[in-house]
Amino acid sequence: MDLILQGAKHALELLIQGDPEIFQVVLLSLRVSGTAVLISLLLGIPLGTILALSEFPGRRLVLSLVNTGMGFPPVVVGLFVSMLLWRSGPLGGLDLLYTPAAMVIAQVALAAPIIIGLTAAAIQQLNPKLRLQILSLGANRRQLMWILLREARLPLLAAVMAGFGGVISEVGAVMMVGGNVKGQTRVLTTATVLETRMGHFDVAIALSLVLLGITFLVNLALTIFQQRGGTR
Amino acid sequence: MQHLGRIKQIVARAGLVALTTGVLIGLAALATFTALSPAAGASGKNVILATTTSTQDTGLLDVLVPLFEKKTGYLVKTIAVGTGEALAMGERGEADVLLVHAPASEEKFMAAGHGINRKPVMHNDFVLVGPAADPARIMGLPLAEALGKIASAKAIFVSRGDDSGTHKMEKKLWKEAKITPSGNWYVDAGQGMGETLRISDQKQAYTISDRGTYLALKNGLSLKILVEKDRALLNFYSVIEVNPAKSTRINNAGAKAFSDFIISPETQEIIRHFGDKKYGQPLFVPDAGQQR
Repeated sequence: MDLILQGAKHALELLIQGDPEIFQVVLLSLRVSGTAVLISLLLGIPLGTILALSEFPGRRLVLSLVNTGMGFPPVVVGLFVSMLLWRSGPLGGLDLLYTPAAMVIAQVALAAPIIIGLTAAAIQQLNPKLRLQILSLGANRRQLMWILLREARLPLLAAVMAGFGGVISEVGAVMMVGGNVKGQTRVLTTATVLETRMGHFDVAIALSLVLLGITFLVNLALTIFQQRGGTR
Repeated sequence: MQHLGRIKQIVARAGLVALTTGVLIGLAALATFTALSPAAGASGKNVILATTTSTQDTGLLDVLVPLFEKKTGYLVKTIAVGTGEALAMGERGEADVLLVHAPASEEKFMAAGHGINRKPVMHNDFVLVGPAADPARIMGLPLAEALGKIASAKAIFVSRGDDSGTHKMEKKLWKEAKITPSGNWYVDAGQGMGETLRISDQKQAYTISDRGTYLALKNGLSLKILVEKDRALLNFYSVIEVNPAKSTRINNAGAKAFSDFIISPETQEIIRHFGDKKYGQPLFVPDAGQQR
């Protein structure tokens, strides 16, 4: 119990003093996970929409694969991305292993299936008559897509939150592809693991509190945005 | 029904357009990110150092690496893994320079032509720690005898179990004591030294730790040193440059610079005093240039 209180106190001190090392770690976490979620959205929303609305052979198989991907073990993703980026691997020439870009790639592999899967579910739960109605009112296809996505914004924002929460709190994949290099690829989760290993429990607790705080703030902002205009 | 077909067509086409745009924007974002990250375009400046957790967990590398970077302008990527994984990374050419501690495996590594210029850096020693109550009554015994008593008492012993240098050392020690540890009392942690000590503490079990990590964590633990200073417990660290013939992507100049740096008299002096203040005793004994 002492340790937890002491950790909380130390956390406050570190935050109030604005410890530059922790600040850097926090910033990198946000940058990496933010970029990863953004890319996942750009990939996931169109793909999810196509999966929801079109019919082609093997569609159910693809959907099952995507849904499996929603629960992909991060270490497996980390291992595959590492092997791709190894100097001896197919993308070795890019020299990306142990860089933030490698961490973004791994996190996209984790977040994209979540966003695709939840987008597909969100679009599919809309009343199919809605589409007919929108079209019969003379909407072009861009307008149709836009209206459908707007109609599904509650579950879509939930998808964003699930994706972001999943990647910012993930440790296995970023540890493997990032290497937890000080000042370069050390993020909140890997720093917490390291500080625990070094026996610096107070710092580890401080970092955990920061992580919890950030995820809360991001989700708070998204939730406010999601609930804007009242419940339907 | 005509309508439905038309909708599907429209959606599919709009989807494809959106997807293409998405992929393009995504790639652009990734490219920008890569360009922004400090490592980009400086591969000749990057040195990948694969090492053991003990050099990182004790804080030694936090002292040495910034000095090296400042002196030479190289950017070090320290990847702290077990010695087994570090050697495997070297074997694959995924690292440029290794700082490891498992002499037998290192000799094999060198014999297979994976590395060049293996040089002694420093040593520390292992200690056999356990609960203060010492249920197997091993305090002060010679190491082999102590291990024998733990095994016959079936007192819980936590092994690293991760193919690290420490794990290799532990396996060697059991072998030398002519014991094959197995059974419920022999717990395989599969984790780093810090976690293994903590698991041992929670289970009130015995374990073998490098002195540095034990001292670094001592305050949070109830474990005591029960056997130490046995010749078999000495732990030698070497620096090895990965053989540049393995791949054109290996930065041998950087590896050589790191090797030269860590065995230089100034660095060796820093190693000699590292931990003095914090732990009341140094954690490593420098031995560059010495015969072992």
